[in-house]
Amino acid sequence: MKNHKKDFPIFQNNPDLIYLDSAATSQKPRVVLDAINEYYTSYNANIKRGIYPIAEKATAKVEEVRKKVAQFINAKSKDEIIFVRNATEAINLVAYSLASTSASWRISRGDTIATTIMEHHSNFVPWQQLAIQKNADFLVLDIDQNFKFQISNFKYQIKNAKILAITHVSNVLGTINPLKKMINDLRTVNADLIILVDAAQSVPHMSVDVQDLDCDFLVFSGHKMMAATGIGVLYGKKTLLSKMQPFLYGGEMIREVTIQNTSFAKLPHKFEAGTPDIAGIVSLGAAIEYLNSTGIENVLKHEIMLIKYALEQLKNMQELTIYGSTNARKRGGVISFNLKGIHPHDVAQILGEMEICIRAGHHCAMPLHNRLGIPASARISFYIYNEEQDIDKFVNGLQKVQKMFR
Amino acid sequence: MDFSKIYREEILEHYKEPLNFGTLEDFDMTSRQFNPFCGDEIVIFVTFQNDKISDIRFQGKGCAISVAAASMLTEHAKGRSKEELTKFTEDDMLSLIGIDVSETRKKCVFLALGVLKDCLVQNAKF
Ligand SMILES: Cc1ncc(COP(=O)(O)O)c(C=O)c1O
Repeated sequence: MKNHKKDFPIFQNNPDLIYLDSAATSQKPRVVLDAINEYYTSYNANIKRGIYPIAEKATAKVEEVRKKVAQFINAKSKDEIIFVRNATEAINLVAYSLASTSASWRISRGDTIATTIMEHHSNFVPWQQLAIQKNADFLVLDIDQNFKFQISNFKYQIKNAKILAITHVSNVLGTINPLKKMINDLRTVNADLIILVDAAQSVPHMSVDVQDLDCDFLVFSGHKMMAATGIGVLYGKKTLLSKMQPFLYGGEMIREVTIQNTSFAKLPHKFEAGTPDIAGIVSLGAAIEYLNSTGIENVLKHEIMLIKYALEQLKNMQELTIYGSTNARKRGGVISFNLKGIHPHDVAQILGEMEICIRAGHHCAMPLHNRLGIPASARISFYIYNEEQDIDKFVNGLQKVQKMFR
Repeated sequence: MDFSKIYREEILEHYKEPLNFGTLEDFDMTSRQFNPFCGDEIVIFVTFQNDKISDIRFQGKGCAISVAAASMLTEHAKGRSKEELTKFTEDDMLSLIGIDVSETRKKCVFLALGVLKDCLVQNAKF
């Protein structure tokens, strides 16, 4: 694979930077930054409202990116792509909308809302709170000793569930859930189950096909896939989205407003109230182009290579515990670990002083950390700009940390 | 290792062999605080004699900064009066530990201080 580092200005401005925190947010390639700049400097205008050329251009650009996103995840139609701020907002949109929609799948007292123990708080708290508000049962699927789900263990409870929110790739364990098979199994148990997939850690790194997965909703954030912060995507099946109540009301999402009533715009605009993050949308388009030109399968290959290499290097280290599978092919580009007797924040701080950026804490997954019986962990994560050399420097840094604490 | 501004020898020594680590059988006051950001937890036990701290111990788990801070603070508090310690501020705590920490890590420096203050206030009620 070609050297991608040179496409990212941050590495020119910080030549010694070892960035191992792409699961939190990714770095941005020059093409993405240029696209944002081009929007602001040559066709900045609000969309939909203006009837002059630069407004038409901005509007067309937004719809072009929508189409690109639809193709990128193989949605049936671009109307199924809704621009939001991030994965968190997309999940909240679905939770709030399901709470207020009067349809057969409205959540009410005694219904079951299901999620899993390995979720990021953003795919956990909205469902927990919805369950509390509606007096519904909150079911949290647990993992087995291999960090996997055994759907057969939950068959009875899933039978009655209205919705299941589940992550594609865990941001802590790196587990890649075999969603295609899982969703297929779940649908045979409960044909009416609404399934939302948190793809924040998968869409940036691997090919994701919403039709093949057969999920009802899928969410992700642009900033983790080289786009700007502030732009995210909700994919939803048209059949569901069209029946759902809007989440935010206001301009852009209406067809006609009278004093007595409002009729809403068609999909996807019904869910896009107010002026969107146009520059963010433009950046997402550029990021997808960059990913397409690299080939998403090459991104995954590169990360598997890095994970394999990192696991091999870490294997030789004393007093180091890795959480999650040690099979590089079955995990995303994330490795969480702890060094015996050293708090992960100390590890991250000392590495930080060496310009090695890693994450430490609970990674917004407190229920999972409780489940693992640890208060916190340290985490490294990769993207296309990382190299084996980064891992060497990281391992070297870890050894220095251990020496300091010996 | 001299490259680290924060993890000076002194901090590491306090972490590896903290002073006043343990519990007191007969204590006048105890308090516990938890920092969910790090999962750090500090418990302090104190005995008073004539309004002065006659003995103090702490227990808990946490990062080097929070443990070193607890070790230094408990040592500082020994023999001092309630009044004196009530006036002891977060800035005083930073000078005591003597390192320049970032905003995020200040929580670690102040964890033990919060627990000690709690012990003083609770005691004032009696
Ligand atoms: C698995 C997972 N879901 C959701 C999120 C939330 O993403 P955002 O903060 O962009 O909404 C993250 C980000 O850390 C994540 O890793």
